Amino acid sequence: MEPIKIHTGIVIPLDRANVDTDAIIPKQFLKSIKKTGFGPNLFDEWRYLDHGKLGDDNSLRKINPEFVLNQERYRGGSILIARENFGCGSSREHAPWALLDYGIRVIIAPSFADIFYGNCFKNGILPIVLDKEIIDKIFLRTSERVGYSLTVDLKLQTIKDEGLIGNFEIDNFKKNCLIEGLDDIGLTFTQKDKIQAFEKKYYSKFPWLE
Amino acid sequence: MGQTLYEKIFARHVVNKSNNTYLIYIDKHLVHEVTSPQAFEGIRIAKRNIWRPKSILAVPDHNVPTTNRMGEIDDPISKIQIETLDQNCAEFGLDEFKMNDQRQGIVHVIGPEQGLTLPGMTIVCGDSHTSTHGAFGTLAMGIGTSEVEHVLATQCLLVKKLKSMKINVDGDLSVGVGAKDVALAIIGLIGTAGGTGYAIEFSGSTIESLTMESRMTLCNMAIEAGARSGIIAVDNKTIDYLKGKPYAPQGNLWDKAVENWKGLVSDPDAKYDKEINIDGSLIEPQVTWGTSPQMVVSINENIPNPLSFNDKTIRKDYQRALDYMGLQPGIPVGEISLDKIFIGSCTNSRIEDLRAAANIVKSKKVAKNIKLAMVVPGSGLVKKAAEEEGLDKIFINAGFEWRNPGCSMCLAMNADRLEPGERCASTSNRNFEGRQGQGGRTHLVSPQMAAAAAIYGKFVDIRKIN
Repeated sequence: MEPIKIHTGIVIPLDRANVDTDAIIPKQFLKSIKKTGFGPNLFDEWRYLDHGKLGDDNSLRKINPEFVLNQERYRGGSILIARENFGCGSSREHAPWALLDYGIRVIIAPSFADIFYGNCFKNGILPIVLDKEIIDKIFLRTSERVGYSLTVDLKLQTIKDEGLIGNFEIDNFKKNCLIEGLDDIGLTFTQKDKIQAFEKKYYSKFPWLE
Repeated sequence: MGQTLYEKIFARHVVNKSNNTYLIYIDKHLVHEVTSPQAFEGIRIAKRNIWRPKSILAVPDHNVPTTNRMGEIDDPISKIQIETLDQNCAEFGLDEFKMNDQRQGIVHVIGPEQGLTLPGMTIVCGDSHTSTHGAFGTLAMGIGTSEVEHVLATQCLLVKKLKSMKINVDGDLSVGVGAKDVALAIIGLIGTAGGTGYAIEFSGSTIESLTMESRMTLCNMAIEAGARSGIIAVDNKTIDYLKGKPYAPQGNLWDKAVENWKGLVSDPDAKYDKEINIDGSLIEPQVTWGTSPQMVVSINENIPNPLSFNDKTIRKDYQRALDYMGLQPGIPVGEISLDKIFIGSCTNSRIEDLRAAANIVKSKKVAKNIKLAMVVPGSGLVKKAAEEEGLDKIFINAGFEWRNPGCSMCLAMNADRLEPGERCASTSNRNFEGRQGQGGRTHLVSPQMAAAAAIYGKFVDIRKIN
C-alpha cells in the first residue's frame, strides 16, 4: 500500500449524494480476478454513453461530455469531493480499487458508508469527513476556479488551498497505518500467540464450535 | 449496567484491545467467487497459510447461470471466476458446494439452511448482505476483500465497536404485510445512512412473531439502512430452526449449546445509543419508486414531488431518480406498468417466500405486458422443497420461468438482467441505477407484491385481491 503523508491534487466535484458502489464500479467489471485495471471503468455508466464490458477498448467508446471525469478542467484530479453517504451498498473492494486505479487518493464527503470507508484505508485512499458547509465551500471554489487544488496533510489533519479550509478527525490507528503504509495482516501476525491462546480458551468454553 | 446482545457477542470474541481498536476472533467465514480471488492471490504472494480452513465454506453464487448448468458456462469471464474459486478451494483444502451440488445456493441462504450459522458466532463474508445471519443472534458483517484476506490469514478482524441502535416494532402486521415491508418502511423512516456506524437490534412483538426466514429478510436489509449488522435475540424459534441441520451440533454438544444460546438476549437494563419505536400495525405494503431503497412509499401513495422538499440536495436527488426511473411526480404507484418480475435474491428466495408468491399466482396467468417473470430459488434445497410441494408447477402454469439457484437478477452478473428502460418488480434489496442491468428500472417489493404485480401487470394492493 502506498502511504499518504501530504497529498496535493486537483479537486473533482461529484455533486451527488448516496453514490453507491454499483455506480463506482458496475458489476460487469467485478468478474476480473485482479486488483488493477478498473480505473478506465470508474463510474462507467455515468462516464460513457454506451454499455461497457470487461475487456472493451475504452478509448473507442462514446464518452458523456457532461460527466465531471470527462471535463478538461478536472483532468488529472486526485481528490474527489461528493455529498452524503458516499460508497453505500455493496462491500465490493473493487470500488476503492477503481478509484485508486484512476488516481484518486483522497475522497471528501459529509459522510461515508461503513464498509466502503474501511476499504479505502486498506488501499491507500484517505476518506475525509467534513461538515456540509465546508464541503459547499469547496464545491463552490471548484466551479469558480479552473484547476482548483487542495493540499491534505494527514499528520496535521488539515486541508488547505491558499488558506486553511478545515481540520478533520481521523482514528489514530487508521491514520498511522496510512502514513506508514502498514499491512494489517503483518500487524495482526505479531499477535499470533495471543490468537492461539484465545482459541484454546474459546474452544474449551464453546466446544460445539470446534 | 446490562449488556446488549451485540456487546455480549462482541465481548466473547475479543482477542486483544489497543486503544479503541479491537482484534476480534471470527467463527465462520463464508466465501464466494467474486470477492475472494484477490484475497487468495494475496495469501499466495505473501506465502501465508489459511489459519483455520474448517471455519470456511465456499460457494459460487453471484455469477452462476440460472438456466441449464449441464454444459459449459457461456460467459468465459464468469467461467474463469467460478473455476478460480474451485481451484482455490482445492489448493487450500476448503469445503465448497460447487455449482452442481444440490446444496449450492446463495451464500446467505445456505449458511442458515445448513446450520453453519449458529447463535453467538461472529460471521463474515465478502458481501454486504452478511447482515442476514444476524437473525440467529450472531454478529454478522460484510467485509471487503482485504479483510477477507485478513480473516483467511489470521482468523481475526480489526474493528471498532459499533454504536447500538434498537428498533422496536410492536403490533400485529396486516395480512399481506411481511418482513420485507417492515424493512422498507424502516429504511424509508431512517434513511439509507440512518444506521451508519450502528449495529441495529430488531425487537418488539412484531419481530418476535416473525418466522426465522422473515427475520433473515429483515436483517438482510439492515445494510440498506446503512448498518453493517442487524441482530435479533435468540428464542425458541431460533433453536427449533437449527435443530437437526447438517452442520448444527448434535447430542450432548447440542444440549450444551442450547443452554448457552438461551442467554443470547439483551439484558433488560441494557443501554442503546439510539432507540426507535415503530407501530407494526400501521405498516402497509411498500414499493420503492426511485434509485435508493429509502425512496419508498406505501402502495396507496403517489410518487413524491421533488419540489415539495426544501433541501437542495434532496430535490436534485429526487429529480435525478425520477428522470432515471421515467416517472412523473404525483402519479399513483398503482399506475406504474411493469415489464419484468424477479422473485429471488438473498432477501426473498427462501421456501416461505416462494410459498407466499405461489399462493398469489395459483391458477392465474402472468399479464400480457410482462415480458419475463422469473423465480430463482435461493438454493438447490429450496428448489427441491418447492418442487416437492408442487410450487414449480404453479409458477410455470402461470407463465413464470423456474430457474436454478443463484444471485441472478439481483445484481445481474450473469445473463439475467434488465434491458435499458425495462421496469421490474423485484424482491431483491437494491434499486440503484443499473443494478439489474444498465438503464434498468427496479422497484423493490415483497414476494407477494411481486407475484401480484406479475398477474396484474402493475402494482396492486395485495390486501385488496383474493
